[in-house]
Amino acid sequence: MDMSQYLEIFIEETKEHLQSLNQCLLQMEKNPQDNSMLNEIFRVAHTLKGMSGTMGFNRMSRLTHDMEDVLQALRSNEMKVSPVLIDLLFKCLDALESYTTMIVETGSEGSEDNAAIIDALAEMIRKKGSVSAPAATAAAPAPEFSAASPDLAADLALNQYDLNVINKAAALGNNAYQITVKLNKGCVLKSARAFIIFKTLERHSEIIKSEPKVQDIEDEKFDFEFTVVVLSNEDEAVFDKDLNSIAEVDEVIIKLIKAKEAVAQQAAGNTAHAEEQEAKAADESSEGDQSQSKADSAAKRTKTGKTVRVDIDRLDVLLNLVSELIIQKTRLEGLEGIEKTQSYVETVEYLERISTNLHDAVMKVRMVPVETVFNRFPRMIRDISKNLGKEVELKMSGEETELDRTVIDEIGDPLIHLLRNSCDHGIESLEQRKSLGKPEVGLIELKAYQDGNNVVIEVGDDGQGINVDKVKKKAIERGLINKDMAANLTKKDIIDFLFKPSFSTADKVTDLSGRGVGLDVVKTKIEALGGIVEVETELGKGSRFFIRLPLTLAIIQALLVMVGEEKYALQLSSIHKITNIPADDIKLVQKQEVVMYRNTVIPVVRLDKVLEVPKENDEAQKYLTLVIVKKGERLTGLVVDKILGQQEIVQKSLGKFLSGIKTITSATILGDGNVALILDVNTLAN
Amino acid sequence: MADQKILEAKKFLIFRLGNEEYGIDIHKITTIIEKDMNIARVPKLPVFIKGVINLRGEIIPVISLRLKFGMAEEVFGPDTRIVIIKFEEISAGLIVDSVAEVIELDEDTTESIANISGELSMDYITGVGKSGGRIITLLNLEKLVSLEDNMGK
Repeated sequence: MDMSQYLEIFIEETKEHLQSLNQCLLQMEKNPQDNSMLNEIFRVAHTLKGMSGTMGFNRMSRLTHDMEDVLQALRSNEMKVSPVLIDLLFKCLDALESYTTMIVETGSEGSEDNAAIIDALAEMIRKKGSVSAPAATAAAPAPEFSAASPDLAADLALNQYDLNVINKAAALGNNAYQITVKLNKGCVLKSARAFIIFKTLERHSEIIKSEPKVQDIEDEKFDFEFTVVVLSNEDEAVFDKDLNSIAEVDEVIIKLIKAKEAVAQQAAGNTAHAEEQEAKAADESSEGDQSQSKADSAAKRTKTGKTVRVDIDRLDVLLNLVSELIIQKTRLEGLEGIEKTQSYVETVEYLERISTNLHDAVMKVRMVPVETVFNRFPRMIRDISKNLGKEVELKMSGEETELDRTVIDEIGDPLIHLLRNSCDHGIESLEQRKSLGKPEVGLIELKAYQDGNNVVIEVGDDGQGINVDKVKKKAIERGLINKDMAANLTKKDIIDFLFKPSFSTADKVTDLSGRGVGLDVVKTKIEALGGIVEVETELGKGSRFFIRLPLTLAIIQALLVMVGEEKYALQLSSIHKITNIPADDIKLVQKQEVVMYRNTVIPVVRLDKVLEVPKENDEAQKYLTLVIVKKGERLTGLVVDKILGQQEIVQKSLGKFLSGIKTITSATILGDGNVALILDVNTLAN
Repeated sequence: MADQKILEAKKFLIFRLGNEEYGIDIHKITTIIEKDMNIARVPKLPVFIKGVINLRGEIIPVISLRLKFGMAEEVFGPDTRIVIIKFEEISAGLIVDSVAEVIELDEDTTESIANISGELSMDYITGVGKSGGRIITLLNLEKLVSLEDNMGK
């Protein structure tokens, strides 16, 4: 049966399951006693096993199967949740994620067996959670081999899977051997020698296990001996002869694994064991489990509601059509030479209302809660803080705040950057925090909320904050400013240096409390989305980054202006004020034209010069029209020739061919069918 | 055999710039615009990019082939056309003096550029086609519309 048609659904659902697995594991780590999480994890692993099995992804199915075994043991209280176990389950999650990525990219799960994880899982079961319940070990039916001679290397730990393979091989008349090869101590290219040995073995046999792992052997991560388990129908003597004929091999120890007895014993023990477990599980699910899991699934159901999966491209098409409609509506409004009767005006007004509602509706469909980005952060913070040896708590709020899908797709990386920064450089080390009298657990806050036509995402920490003086010193050292200039700079101006690319690549970034790392990237990305980044910081108390993003991207309110004979659009939300000033009010300060506006000096940009607009009559005018735009707190005056008015416009990309033009963000189509360019206030104001 | 021949033959749109004839692979052409379009100038671009036009709601950059090839700037007349090409997600319009016809060229009637030298930068040419005594320069669109080249960066 052809499964390819289900592949997409499989991928989507797997991603969702992995996501919930991630959340549950994090929860479980916090409350190891919480059984409801365990049940949920078990359910997810079980579902994944079934799904991947159906799709023929056997490796994935295998891994989830073994996970399930461990979880089952947990459920039946045979072992307890331990940090080691959680780490192992996280490793499983990572492995499953990489399988999924592989499937997304290639359509197949790849050839990684993740044997290490599978072994660790088996080990976990065998040892009953090793750390917590060592006494229970006796109950586990450890594989028993025939008496080993004392000079032999330690027996390899064979897991259930290996034993099954051996068992099957035995049924086919093949024997299993454990072969330990000791290399000469003078051997130089150990891995190459090992390779030859493997090749030799493979002539007569199949290698099913190796200790250390094949990968480690290839990387020379072993002493002068290694052990493999092979299946073969040849006699011991054959291997003995072959291997001893290889140079630099000191000793070969071959031992027959008496498959049948060992396995039979093991299998019997295990079946009984498994049955017992299943029975217990059944009991459990019929009792305490029932109420909990029902409550769980009920909650889940209400949350998901009735949904339809739609390809994002289709939504783009829909949005494009709405855009077209709005352009035509604008055109209709401006149509000349027709009699504007009462009914005409009413119809146009009605059309306007419908198209606005339609636009809102389509935009809403494209909105995705920021949760989809946020929910990977707890895990990330956990890993980072573990690596750094810090204790960090991530508090998130406003996950339900919605943003346009295109923004959501782009916002992840900048946020990761900021969170990493906070974790790495913001939050102090444990000792430092203790000596400062701060709570040992550092706090990172991630908040999202709507503010007017913007969505604000805040990343705050209670760490050491930005040392403004240090930044200033660095800026002077780097020659970005001189001392006199530095004295006049505000705190904000100085912090702005951190967003300069040259700063982020500075060699001693960490000295500047590290805030330089990649901040320019964050800024570029956010500005590309039409947003801005702001920082608040207090030395010793922490920093707070604000990312301000527009709610919608595609359709905006704009001011149309004329520069020379060309029409340009400016985003209305960035406009502070429009004013007329006498031409003489413009003064020159250090070759920069400025004007006094409400007692502050603001720079003036002549759009005709910046945009290289061809002008026929270049005569000086007495009065100039100034559009004052704001970028964050900063104001800049743009000189235009004429104001045409406000209009709802549809942003259209300039396409790949013209990407990368500064000063222009995109274009729009006016009611008359002509193209007007939309100016990038952010770069003009720089 | 006959079938194979057809597969190998490619159709080319032939257009004129001054006295010369050029050809473009017809599969890369989406449409040809006849009517005079308002081209919106885009600042800070090389001169041969005349600006952008609105083609049924899509913004498309327009290139003057004459300027690109170092000829005198075109004067829009009744025969002037904008040939819209599209490949690998890049759309662009090429301004040409006039569009002649579509002809079929195969390996026998095309020659590689190794034997020919001309004023035009070799980069933009894939070969030369011969059809009934006419010499047609075949353009390499990928190179012609390559991004680095046009952005001047």
